[in-house]
Amino acid sequence: MSGFEDHGDFVRPYEEPPPGHVSSSRLERVLRSGRFAVTAELNPPDSADPADVFEAARPLGEVADAINATDASGANCHMSSIGISALLTRAGYGTVYQISCRDRNRIAIQGDVLGAAAMGVRNVLCLTGDGVGVGDQPGAKPVFDFDSLSLLRTIRTMRDDGVFLSGRKISRPPRMFLGAAENPCIEPHEWRPERLAKKVDAGAEFIQTNYIFDIPLFEKFMARVRDLGLDKRVFILAGVGPLASAKAARWMRSNVPGIHIPDSVIARMEGAQKPGEEGKKLCIELIQRMREIPGVAGVHVMAYRREHQVSEIILESGVLEGRRARRRGSEPTGAGPEA
Amino acid sequence: MYRARLFAIRHAAAFEWIYQRLERLMIACDPVFARIGYERVERPIALVERGVKGVLFDCKMCGQCVLSSTGMSCPMNCPKELRNGPCGGVRPGGYCEVKPWMRCVWALAWDGSSRMKGGDKIREVLPPVDRSLKGSSSWLRVSREKAARLREAREAARTTIAQAFPGARANEPAVAPLATEPASAVNREQRQ
Ligand code: SF4
Repeated sequence: MSGFEDHGDFVRPYEEPPPGHVSSSRLERVLRSGRFAVTAELNPPDSADPADVFEAARPLGEVADAINATDASGANCHMSSIGISALLTRAGYGTVYQISCRDRNRIAIQGDVLGAAAMGVRNVLCLTGDGVGVGDQPGAKPVFDFDSLSLLRTIRTMRDDGVFLSGRKISRPPRMFLGAAENPCIEPHEWRPERLAKKVDAGAEFIQTNYIFDIPLFEKFMARVRDLGLDKRVFILAGVGPLASAKAARWMRSNVPGIHIPDSVIARMEGAQKPGEEGKKLCIELIQRMREIPGVAGVHVMAYRREHQVSEIILESGVLEGRRARRRGSEPTGAGPEA
Repeated sequence: MYRARLFAIRHAAAFEWIYQRLERLMIACDPVFARIGYERVERPIALVERGVKGVLFDCKMCGQCVLSSTGMSCPMNCPKELRNGPCGGVRPGGYCEVKPWMRCVWALAWDGSSRMKGGDKIREVLPPVDRSLKGSSSWLRVSREKAARLREAREAARTTIAQAFPGARANEPAVAPLATEPASAVNREQRQ
C-alpha cells in the first residue's frame, strides 16, 4: 500500500467493512451489537474556521456514537455538511453526513458521496429538505432532482453494485451506512409507517426521526411499524431535544416545518419555575419512555443552542448503561478516520 | 384545476378503470403508430394529452406519467416534485408545507391509492424523473414500451421453442423462427 504513507494521515486506504456490516461505521457496529445508540445533531457554524466546528462538537462527542452534520437545515445557509463531516471524521468522531435533495442535482450528489467516503465519512442521512421559502434566502432555486427515496436507492446502487445511476463503473464503491429521516407525529399519520416501509425498500438501514413530544402518537406509529416487521429490518433512533421555554416551543411549532408539540407539553413548560431545567427533565423522561418501546434502537438528540445539556441529558437518562461513547481525540491533528 | 384534481382523486377507482382501457387502446394502436411513425404522431397526441390531463389532473407533462401508482394525484404538483412522498413537513389537516392553501399532493395520493384496485403500486419506489423527457407524450411512451415488452415475451417464447426443437428448426426454418417479425406479419388473420 505504498503511496498512502507519503501523505501521512490525510490519505488512507479505504478499508473494507467487517463481516456482516455494510460499512466500518461505529454507529453501525453499536446498533448491530444491540446496544442503545446515541446520535446528536451539531449546530453548524457560520464561519470558515475549523476550530468552531471542533468547539461545537466537543459537548456532543462525549456521549454520541455519531454526530450529525446538517445540510442547510431549514434552508438556512451554514458551513456545509460535507466540510463538517470531513473535519470531524479526521478528528476521530463518528459523523452522519446529511444530504438534502433541495440544493443539488444528481450529478453533484453522486460526486459528493464519493468525496465524503474518500474523506472517511461512513454514515449518510438522505433527506428531502425543507422548502427554500422558510430559509434565509427564499429567492433560491429549489432543485429537488431526487427525493429522499430515489437518493437512498441511488447510493445503495453505488455501494452494492459499484455503478453510478448512469451505469458507469465505480472502481472503489463508497462503503456507507444508509440512513433516512422519518416524522412519525405528522400527518398523514396512517400512511407514515407505510412510507417508512418504502424507505427501507429503497435502502435505509437506520432511521433518525424528527422531534417526538407526543409519546402516545409515537407508540401507535411504532405498533404499526412492528406489524409491518420493519423493526427487524431497520434501526430506529427516536428524535428528542430539550425545549428552552414555552415561548420557544410555540415558536418552533408554528415556524419550523414538521414539528408537532402537544398543548400539554407547552402547558407544562409554561408552569415551570425554571423552564430550562424543566425542558431538560422532560427530555430525559421522553428518552426513558422511548427506550421502553419495542423497536426503538436509540435516540437522536437535537439540542439546538442547548448543546451544553446533551451530555447531562444522556448520562442522567442512563441509556448508555455505563457504556461511554469514547471521548475521541478532539484535536484535528494526528487522528485517523473513524475507527 | 385544483377542484378537478381533487375530484379525480376522490374518484380514483373510476379513473383507474378508464386509464386501464386507455392503455389497452394505446397498446393496440402501436402497429398503427409504428407505421405512421412515432415521430409524426408525437406532437398531435402530446397536444391532446396535455389538454385532457391538464384539466383533470393539473398535469405538468413530465413525460413519465405515474398516476396509476400515485392514487391519480399528479406528483409534479408537489412543490418539491417528490416522486415518493409525502415529505416530513405536511401541515395539520393534511395541507402542504410550501403552499399552505393546497392539500398535500402526497397525502391525497395515499388516500386515492387506498381506493384503487391496483393501489398497492404506490408501495414501489419510483426512480427520479428524467427531465429530458419533459413535454413529451407519456401515453405514446407507454404504448411503445408495453408493445415492445409483449414483442419481447413473444420472442423469448420463440427462442425456447427454437431450442427445444433444434432438429425441426434445422429442417424447416419457418417452424421456429428467431429473426424479429415485422408487426405487419403478426396476427394478420385476426386483424383482417
Ligand atoms: S407537503 Fe406534500 S405537497 Fe407539499 S411539499 Fe411536502 S409532499 Fe409535496
